[in-house]
Amino acid sequence: MGRAISRLMAIMALCLGVTFVVTSAQAGDIVPKVPIDKTKGSCVLPGEQMKREHMNILKHRRDQTMYQGIRGGKPSLEQCLTCHAVKGDDGKPVTVASPKHFCRVCHDYAAVQVDCWTCHKSVPEKNPFKAAENGMMSKKILRAEVEGLKTYLEGGAK
Amino acid sequence: MSDRDRKPDAPTSEVDAARRAFLRKIGAASTLTLAPGVVLYTMEGTEAQAKKPGEPLDPKKRWGIVIDTTKCTSGCEVCVEACKKENGWEAKPGSRTDVQWIRKVDVKDPKTGFAMSLPVMCQHCANPPCVDVCPTGASMKRADGIVRVNMHICIGCRYCMMACPYKARSFVHEDIPEERKRFHAPMGKGCVTSCDMCAHRVDVGRIPACVEACDKGAMIFGDLNDPTSEIAQYVAKFPTQQIRADLGTDPGVRYARLP
Repeated sequence: MGRAISRLMAIMALCLGVTFVVTSAQAGDIVPKVPIDKTKGSCVLPGEQMKREHMNILKHRRDQTMYQGIRGGKPSLEQCLTCHAVKGDDGKPVTVASPKHFCRVCHDYAAVQVDCWTCHKSVPEKNPFKAAENGMMSKKILRAEVEGLKTYLEGGAK
Repeated sequence: MSDRDRKPDAPTSEVDAARRAFLRKIGAASTLTLAPGVVLYTMEGTEAQAKKPGEPLDPKKRWGIVIDTTKCTSGCEVCVEACKKENGWEAKPGSRTDVQWIRKVDVKDPKTGFAMSLPVMCQHCANPPCVDVCPTGASMKRADGIVRVNMHICIGCRYCMMACPYKARSFVHEDIPEERKRFHAPMGKGCVTSCDMCAHRVDVGRIPACVEACDKGAMIFGDLNDPTSEIAQYVAKFPTQQIRADLGTDPGVRYARLP
């Protein structure tokens, strides 16, 4: 009798083990991976950490931008789009309307709704920070400004 | 020599004299005569100097715009169009509900027939009534004087629209299509929105889109608190007015030569 029980238990343990292996193998296929263009550098934090904390990082940056005017660089929503944008069939980055969009890849799976894209643009835009990267106006704009100002002041001083 | 006998600007010691001479030298080196009677102190001292994109804003600044009403012409909508393009809004003609950040107002004195045209946008008050009434803190004034809506916490109650004496704010009634969205000026259905003096440009050292677009030179943008900036020199030299100054809102947008 005891022998029969131990044999049964062994079989059960084996079955469980097999089930476990199968589940984890399937899970590896099912759990989506965030698409990333690694040629553009690494993310601000390791993937596992980003998975848990990206919303807090975004919220922190959001407040910094709203109240202190800190923009661009890492981490920023713009930077997320730069590296994570997915190209569609037409070669252009897909909008959030497509299930291929990098946010939707995971959020659809986890059934968590993202509200960011009702207001924010979900595809990257030309970088407006380039011209003012060093914090100054470009020389061309500056020269035009000075010229315009001269004519303005001469006209206004009459 | 007693203190009373001394001339007001006489140096008290040799060190003082040397220090003053040094300061004068620095002053002379960094000035630039722009136009007769107007001296600009170093280009770096004006609004050409700005914070780097990653730096927090400077609370000593007070951004403002001066609009010369004699240079603004009726029918010209260049500033409005530039704003639409920059910030991704559009208003059908005559619509009272569409989003509108800046509008041209034509006024006429019926007694004399004198007519003029001027752009009206958020006046970026020092004492903004829209901020006073906001129940969530979404309507806010940045430390550098820019008044804007933090749409992340706006609930769309529209109290600020009622409170604003300049009709500067509008409510977004419809979804903004993806192609009209602007990355640096997000707006969406259910929130109040208004001119933010192109904060995304100002933060990286550029000037607002309307000022940049005005080809008649009717608008000057700059730091009102910096006595060396052209806007501060302009308001010190010529008479300018705030709209409805009697309300005590102290707008940062000023109009020159209002009748």
